[in-house]
Amino acid sequence: MPEIRVTPLGAGQDVGRSCILVSIGGKNVMLDCGMHMGFNDDRRFPDFSYITRNGRLTDFLDCVIISHFHLDHCGALPYFSEMVGYDGPIYMTHPTQAICPILLEDYRKIAVDKKGEANFFTSQMIKDCMKKVVAVHLHQTVQVDDELEIKAYYAGHVLGAAMFQIKVGSESVVYTGDYNMTPDRHLGAAWIDKCRPNLLITESTYATTIRDSKRCRERDFLKKVHEAVERGGKVLIPVFALGRAQELCILLETFWERMNLKAPIYFSTGLTEKANHYYKLFITWTNQKIRKTFVQRNMFEFKHIKAFDRAFADNPGPMVVFATPGMLHAGQSLQIFRKWAGNEKNMVIMPGYCVQGTVGHKILSGQRKLEMEGRQVLEVKMQVEYMSFSAHADAKGIMQLVGQAEPESVLLVHGEAKKMEFLKQKIEQEFRLLPDAKKPRLLHGTLIMKDSNFRLVSSEQALKELGLAEHQLRFTCRVHLHDPRKEQETAMRVYSHLKSVLKEHCVQHLPDGSVTVESILIQAAAHSEDPGTKVLLVSWTYQDEELGSHLTSLLKKGLPQAAS
Amino acid sequence: MKLYCLSGHPTLPCNVLKFKSTTIMLDCGLDMTSTLNFLPLPLVQSPRLSNLPGWSLKDGNAFLDKTELIDLSTVDVILISNYHCMMALPYITEHTGFTGTVYATEPTVQIGRLLMEELVNFIERVPKAQSASLWKNKDIQRLLPSPLKDAVEVSTWRRCYTMQEVNSALSKIQLVGYSQKIELFGAVQVTPLSSGYALGSSNWIIQSHYEKVSYVSGSSLLTTHPQPMDQASLKNSDVLVLTGLTQIPTANPDGMVGEFCSNLALTVRNGGNVLVPCYPSGVIYDLLECLYQYIDSAGLSNIPFYFISPVANSSLEFSQIFAEWLCHNKQTKVYLPEPPFPHAELIQTNKLKHYPSLHGDFSSDFRQPCVVFTGHPSLRFGDVVHFMELWGKSSLNTVIFTEPDFSYLEALAPYQPLAMKCIYCPIDTRLNFIQVSKLLKEVQPLHVVCPEQYTQPPPAQSHRMDLMIDCQPPAMSYRRAEVLALPFKRRYEKIEIMPELADSLVPMEIKPGISLATVSAVLHTKDNKHVLQPPPRPTQPTGGKKRKRASDDIPDCKVLKPLLSGSIPVEQFVQALEKHGFSDIKVEDTAKGHIVLLQEAETLIQIEEDSTHIICDNDEMLRVRLRDLVLKFLQKF
Repeated sequence: MPEIRVTPLGAGQDVGRSCILVSIGGKNVMLDCGMHMGFNDDRRFPDFSYITRNGRLTDFLDCVIISHFHLDHCGALPYFSEMVGYDGPIYMTHPTQAICPILLEDYRKIAVDKKGEANFFTSQMIKDCMKKVVAVHLHQTVQVDDELEIKAYYAGHVLGAAMFQIKVGSESVVYTGDYNMTPDRHLGAAWIDKCRPNLLITESTYATTIRDSKRCRERDFLKKVHEAVERGGKVLIPVFALGRAQELCILLETFWERMNLKAPIYFSTGLTEKANHYYKLFITWTNQKIRKTFVQRNMFEFKHIKAFDRAFADNPGPMVVFATPGMLHAGQSLQIFRKWAGNEKNMVIMPGYCVQGTVGHKILSGQRKLEMEGRQVLEVKMQVEYMSFSAHADAKGIMQLVGQAEPESVLLVHGEAKKMEFLKQKIEQEFRLLPDAKKPRLLHGTLIMKDSNFRLVSSEQALKELGLAEHQLRFTCRVHLHDPRKEQETAMRVYSHLKSVLKEHCVQHLPDGSVTVESILIQAAAHSEDPGTKVLLVSWTYQDEELGSHLTSLLKKGLPQAAS
Repeated sequence: MKLYCLSGHPTLPCNVLKFKSTTIMLDCGLDMTSTLNFLPLPLVQSPRLSNLPGWSLKDGNAFLDKTELIDLSTVDVILISNYHCMMALPYITEHTGFTGTVYATEPTVQIGRLLMEELVNFIERVPKAQSASLWKNKDIQRLLPSPLKDAVEVSTWRRCYTMQEVNSALSKIQLVGYSQKIELFGAVQVTPLSSGYALGSSNWIIQSHYEKVSYVSGSSLLTTHPQPMDQASLKNSDVLVLTGLTQIPTANPDGMVGEFCSNLALTVRNGGNVLVPCYPSGVIYDLLECLYQYIDSAGLSNIPFYFISPVANSSLEFSQIFAEWLCHNKQTKVYLPEPPFPHAELIQTNKLKHYPSLHGDFSSDFRQPCVVFTGHPSLRFGDVVHFMELWGKSSLNTVIFTEPDFSYLEALAPYQPLAMKCIYCPIDTRLNFIQVSKLLKEVQPLHVVCPEQYTQPPPAQSHRMDLMIDCQPPAMSYRRAEVLALPFKRRYEKIEIMPELADSLVPMEIKPGISLATVSAVLHTKDNKHVLQPPPRPTQPTGGKKRKRASDDIPDCKVLKPLLSGSIPVEQFVQALEKHGFSDIKVEDTAKGHIVLLQEAETLIQIEEDSTHIICDNDEMLRVRLRDLVLKFLQKF
């Protein structure tokens, strides 16, 4: 049986630093190369020394595939390729290739400039790393080498997110990365064809959740923002610069327009405009509706949303601020949070998943007194809200994808162990193998092996091609019958007997008096000594042996009395 | 393997390929040259046009369609190579009972939609009070003045489709990406490859495991805006179908662009207007890019450029979002992020303005002298008709033809006499014959199939022997309504052997380097994929349930016996017989071999070079013993 080995170097049964090693048909592929937001030490990056203790990664890995630009999927890439050392190809989609270096640089700045970390990758390393990237189109079948091919499918989740099929010979694995099975305000739903992989590796962030309808969540979100602004509070929405941010911007923009609200909406950092520009240029990766209407009205040109300046945070009056990063672990969002946390009129809305160890995770789990750097304790009085807007598939979505792809087996990663167990049972219940309906056929032939070329041909042709003559082996058996009638009559009786017994065979009576059953020939002759006995000569070839020997034993039993 | 050729137009092909039980239509171009037989459709009734002698204003919009060589409802899939070659799609998907799938790239679909939208819009905004179709009757057509009298197959001319039909047709398209392997019923794999001619334009590979057909249509090796042509993947083809070569093999596109710019500048500097009849997508992007670099140096910064088409805005916007389908230079711009085409800047700086039509904003913004890009290149409908009427009388103005699809002289005919200058700068970036012969040398197909026009020099330049395809073996040519049998036979199919079965095979080396193994296996076929699995073990007859009825004992004849080969050395055979307890053996020589007699058992064995015949009494035990002895000397296959 085909052997496929999967080794998660990260994000096996947790979320963060996604990195999975797949060995299939003698090829080694690394899927994603992420970092963990919750750690600042070695555990931040996957343990690449596991891949090979001695020897270069380039010799061991055939390729690296990045599913999308989130840092928990690509954050360790420059460390991996430039500091550990990997020179092989790195595959990702065009939008990922465009956006990934920006986020990496952003991350690097926070780590090095703000936290003062040494021994971190440099800007130049990010650039050198990106030079090793090969961009792939959706559905393009990329031939990594003669045997290994990969293919990208649309995954929703964020701009440019893709699922990848990895195929060697007839064996294949599908890796979903993060995906979303319901279209949202700016992205479409993930889709895959019935590619029947041997193994489907799927994320399971929301393995147990079946989320309520998107509309309800949106209404809830808008209501909360509106209420806070009405009472003069400030609303902080920590987001990642690309992805959820754009969806929420579209949401607020249309709401502000409709309700004619005046409170300012800001978007932190210079990334905004650039990010929106990416969305405009890669509009083919967004959902159907935006693509259809972009000529008339580009959804990523916002009227109400303006760039944020640090000084604005102290402005009086209500405002809404989108700030990066999304888990409140560093940067501008954390700064603003510290400023606003003390006022109960204010509100922070966490629109996505927060990794353990981050401030975001702490406040979501109910902690109201936070220990900050320098032993300071920050008391959180502001309202803390959680809204699951992050675009992962829920249990229903995962089942849907399994149904679409029809894999032989499913592997759950990128989720929490307990939740996975639950989903595992559900999948096992729902999908059972159906037997094949078509009837198989027996086939006989000769396999000609010449160099590495294999051909299955009929035995006759094999003999002919090799210039060999066929050796005919023929048997003729004498069967004695007691029958005083003439030979022709005996033959006639034999014919009618066989005809009635062998219904599934072609029994013929030839003009020369002989009888054939398929290719077996039966002739009746007089016995040289006993006129009351006839001799039946039954003749067949080796290939018809079964039938021939069956016939003789049948005839030996004698003929039934002729009907009068 | 057959090719049904439904179109005689080499650059607007429509072929149907029957390959391994699939029926694949390759492109469905719409030949619109017949519109030249009609009068222009003006916005305002023009007494001059309707009074022209020799021309009759009949049902103004009719196009050439296909003959019924093949039942189009049996077509499984349609492969589209570029947006010009899909213009007949609504006729096929909506009116023939077609139930299959159409495959095309995203830019092809989006821009194709724009071209169709423009066409429908041009036709529908000048509704006709009356339309005639009785004239298509052969008896009446005979009496009509030339050229209507001479037009062939007018009965196949059709009215233009509606937007509803366009939408319905486009909904049947499935989007594909370059190098995507698409399985058709598991039997055939089709793959689009970049062809370098237009945004999203593709060549197609149609292959099974052992046969490969390449369909090359509208390809370009020049560096313009689209992704470069993928040549390497065309290698090892059994058949290469070659269509869509340049229509102006003698013109050099680069030179033509230069001429275009200098003529444009000359006219404008002299205070005249320039009219460029064009399609709303394609070469216009390159022209705008050239002008973007040219206008400042030529001192044309104050001259307004107008692009008038119902889909002008969409076309300009769409061109900016297909980064993945563009050449490398343009692709890298998107990473900055900047729009890939410079016409974004022309629009921002108000140098280029676009309007859906003459009405509305255009009339108030309109300044002369100016440059107008508008359609349709046939000069028979669209806003271009108005500008021809408006500017035709002044020798200051110039009309520059860049699209090669229509004869410019014929296009101009109804506007004569004309004072305005006419410049013919056809820009056709598709392959010319030199490039073709280089390409063929590179990819080396076993056979080339092409329209008959490409196998002889063009009629106007019959001495130019270099203007035809030259390859070995000579290209097979087709003409409209012909069926070609493609010169290769399918002989093999790929079968997978399960590891368990492979383990059980015993190869023997028959000749150096060649081994044989007899295979008895069960063939499973699912979705046209074949797998060999070990045969089931023979079921042991269950002892207790023996039945007497003879028919139950009939053996399963499907268990096949191998063929035998080799010969039997008589002496050793006799020794073997003796060893196994046969005595009283007599050997007689015959003309062809020997006869071995076992007198006691009344058995006779004839042994010849390649046959053995055992004649015995009905004694199954004996027969089986003899059989096994004989088989020891023979090889099984």
